[in-house]
Amino acid sequence: MSRETLTVAVWRGAEKGRYQKYEVPRQESQTVLDVITYIQRHIDPSLSYRFACRVGVCGSCAMTVNGSPRWTCRTHVDKVLDDTGQLDVAPLRNLEVIKDLSVDMTDFFDKWAKAKGQFHGSETRHDDFSAVSPDSPQRKVASAGIECIGCGVCYSACDVVAWNKDYLGPAALNRAWTLMNDERDVAGIDRLKAVAGAGGCQACHSQQGCVERCVKHLNPTGAIAGLKRATAIAALKGQLK
Amino acid sequence: MKRPEDTFDAQRETHLWLAQRLSAMVLALCIIVHLVTIVGAVQGGLSAAEIIDRVAGSGVWFAFYAVFVAAIVVHAPIGLRAILSEMTKLSRARVDLLCFIAAIFIAVLGFRVVWGFYTMGGAA
Ligand code: HEM
Ligand code: SF4
Ligand code: SF4
Ligand code: FES
Repeated sequence: MSRETLTVAVWRGAEKGRYQKYEVPRQESQTVLDVITYIQRHIDPSLSYRFACRVGVCGSCAMTVNGSPRWTCRTHVDKVLDDTGQLDVAPLRNLEVIKDLSVDMTDFFDKWAKAKGQFHGSETRHDDFSAVSPDSPQRKVASAGIECIGCGVCYSACDVVAWNKDYLGPAALNRAWTLMNDERDVAGIDRLKAVAGAGGCQACHSQQGCVERCVKHLNPTGAIAGLKRATAIAALKGQLK
Repeated sequence: MKRPEDTFDAQRETHLWLAQRLSAMVLALCIIVHLVTIVGAVQGGLSAAEIIDRVAGSGVWFAFYAVFVAAIVVHAPIGLRAILSEMTKLSRARVDLLCFIAAIFIAVLGFRVVWGFYTMGGAA
């Protein structure tokens, strides 16, 4: 640790706003969320931001840190400071800013629903538990995408989301692919219809910004490639009408 | 112009996507053949007479370049469509129209060249 205090530029305002500078005492193992919390507790209680778990579980603390989307509770200041010792914290890109560091996540989650991100089973509580082998190829594909915490970091990193307001985005499509591989789920063709077309999986350019940034090291691009294959096969069979 | 609430036409969009990928595979093959031919052709100097001698009246080369042009006619306008709908605020109908015009334009230019070489030198 080279300095006693850290100068942080924090976005204040809504879509229109400006960066404001704060001096925050440096601490060992300090996270970006610690810095923001310090400002809110000790300097300016009107600073708005979100967090809940502080340990990388809830997915509510994502912000743009030095230009890249990150989960701030698991991002150490040491790791993101550049040579000039600069720290900029802004709201997530691609979502409307409510105030300061809080964004409106409505579009993000509405698109999960639009991609049919809900589980649809055929059995009832009276049926026995389904037995899904942990070794089945489908179960392995589902497991690969299941750990998403819905933080919106990938959504913020994706240029196609920025360009095409209808694009469902990496997280919703990753969720859809997870369900396509859930052996108990029965909404298959309806879900493929929901994720094919103008704002669907075909809009993805496979540039993997989402993969690079995903906080859980998931591979949404891979999931989207799976959906592209599955929708192509369904379209050839005329099932997407 | 604002886009109307897009009605996802899943079947059509997926078919277009598929057509672009399949035509890309054809293009990849065509470009390899094309490049190998060029490299072969420039050995020992390049002359118009030599080129005409090879392609004029040749049914095989005519078929090859016709497939090449057809693949581009499919591939490029679908790609242009993706770019236009991302980068401009044009309505979907207008983007489709522009890309259809682009397809006709590429087809006319491309097939004129292919036909022109085939019939050159009075061989056809
Ligand atoms: C070896 C030959 C070619 C191959 C393998 C190929 C392959 C591809 C692929 C895979 C895409 C999709 C990219 C994406 O979705 O992000 C694409 C897009 C595109 N291609 Fe080609 N292509 C070839 C030749 C051409 C040619 C000759 C043209 C123009 C005359 C062309 C024009 C386009 C355009 C405009 C796009 C849209 C860009 C985009 O969607 O990102 N391509 N190509
Ligand atoms: S790979 Fe697809 S979903 Fe991921 S960032 Fe790129 S365009 Fe977006
Ligand atoms: S896919 Fe990764 S980055 Fe995207 S919302 Fe889920 S956990 Fe966050
Ligand atoms: S506060 Fe819960 S993930 Fe960061």
